[in-house]
Amino acid sequence: MATVETAAHSDTHKDTGGSWEGASQPFKASYGKLMMWYFLVSDAFTFAGFLIAYGALRFSMPTWPVPDFVFSTTPFNGHGLPLVFVTVMTFILLASSFTMVRAVQEGHEENKRGVVKWMIFTIIGGLMFLGCQAWEWNKLIGEEHMSITQNPFGTHTEAGVYLAGDGHYVNEGDTFKAGESYLVHKYDGEWAPLDYKVTEGSNAGMVKSQTLGPKAFGALFFFITGFHGFHVFSGVVIMLIVTINAATGLYSKRKNGYEMIEKVGLYWHFVDLVWVFVFLLFYLL
Amino acid sequence: MAHMTYEESKKSAFKIIIILAIITIVEVLFALLGKGYLKEGIEFSPVIMGGVMIIMSVVKAYLIIFEFMHMKYEAPGLAKSVLLPTLLLVWGVIAFSWEGSDWFQRRNLIKTSNEQPVKDTKVGSVYDPYEIKNIG
Repeated sequence: MATVETAAHSDTHKDTGGSWEGASQPFKASYGKLMMWYFLVSDAFTFAGFLIAYGALRFSMPTWPVPDFVFSTTPFNGHGLPLVFVTVMTFILLASSFTMVRAVQEGHEENKRGVVKWMIFTIIGGLMFLGCQAWEWNKLIGEEHMSITQNPFGTHTEAGVYLAGDGHYVNEGDTFKAGESYLVHKYDGEWAPLDYKVTEGSNAGMVKSQTLGPKAFGALFFFITGFHGFHVFSGVVIMLIVTINAATGLYSKRKNGYEMIEKVGLYWHFVDLVWVFVFLLFYLL
Repeated sequence: MAHMTYEESKKSAFKIIIILAIITIVEVLFALLGKGYLKEGIEFSPVIMGGVMIIMSVVKAYLIIFEFMHMKYEAPGLAKSVLLPTLLLVWGVIAFSWEGSDWFQRRNLIKTSNEQPVKDTKVGSVYDPYEIKNIG
């Protein structure tokens, strides 16, 4: 790339530091920053692939687990609190985006201590989000027995009345309408679907049993949130490395306004952005 | 934030995060309200739910990309080369969700058509599906 010609050429022109060996910076951005943007575009394609699969499968199914029912628990035995926990997770990630912005601003002021302080806050935010996601997965896999091949969250398609209770939230004689959700429990490794009698429609009077919900829900949920969680985890690792580097003074030597922090910031905001759309598609719609 | 002083940048970042937090709360409350969790009996149509929440999420995405990620202050070429493919991806997700819904409707159509009683057909009539025409 750098032939003798261009080396001599750049001697006569003032090199602005990061001119990509040519006369000026393409798009007025450094190589690292531009390539981080394009990496994020490629990562967006990966997530879009998953979300396209989600959209196509979900809307082609007659029923789909209602998110307000599936995600209605919180730590410390909270239940009947739809979407509260995932909203807390969203706030944690938004707050960590704010602390990252502050870290970048401190970097522009060449303020090493400010950078390290705000980066540590961002790392803590990332770890809190991962902890919350781990709690959510443990609840779904360990207690509610959801996996990538089994989905115990179903939705009733007809109105009916339960013929037996499960000792938890469903009692014998409870009625339900079409569109209401249910969770099939598992005891000692065996599924325990409840029987119910249909009370309306063409099947009135028939006794039916709860069935497991669409399998795709489990697979899609764990793959998409897993991929996102993996990005959060790798972001935390990268931020740890970069924070330690900043603390040792490596970036102050470069005198580029802590551009490395800015590049990592782009990655972290991308992770937050993906969560905004996963949150929208999985939990709100 | 490129053209602001340090103090102004700090205030601006704080203002934007408050706006993002408020939009998130409104989104969640709207989602719960539209499905009848906050007040019994209320139900919004899926079109309104989907439309309003997608718009709110797009506003959040705009604030994160253009302010937090600094896109507003980057060269226009950079912005376009990143945003145009991303907008095409968004179109892709919407298009395939629509497609999935279309599959559901077609499957339903086939199912209800199969449940229709068979029409009274006479052999040789134009409604007989098994009539084999004698080609000269």
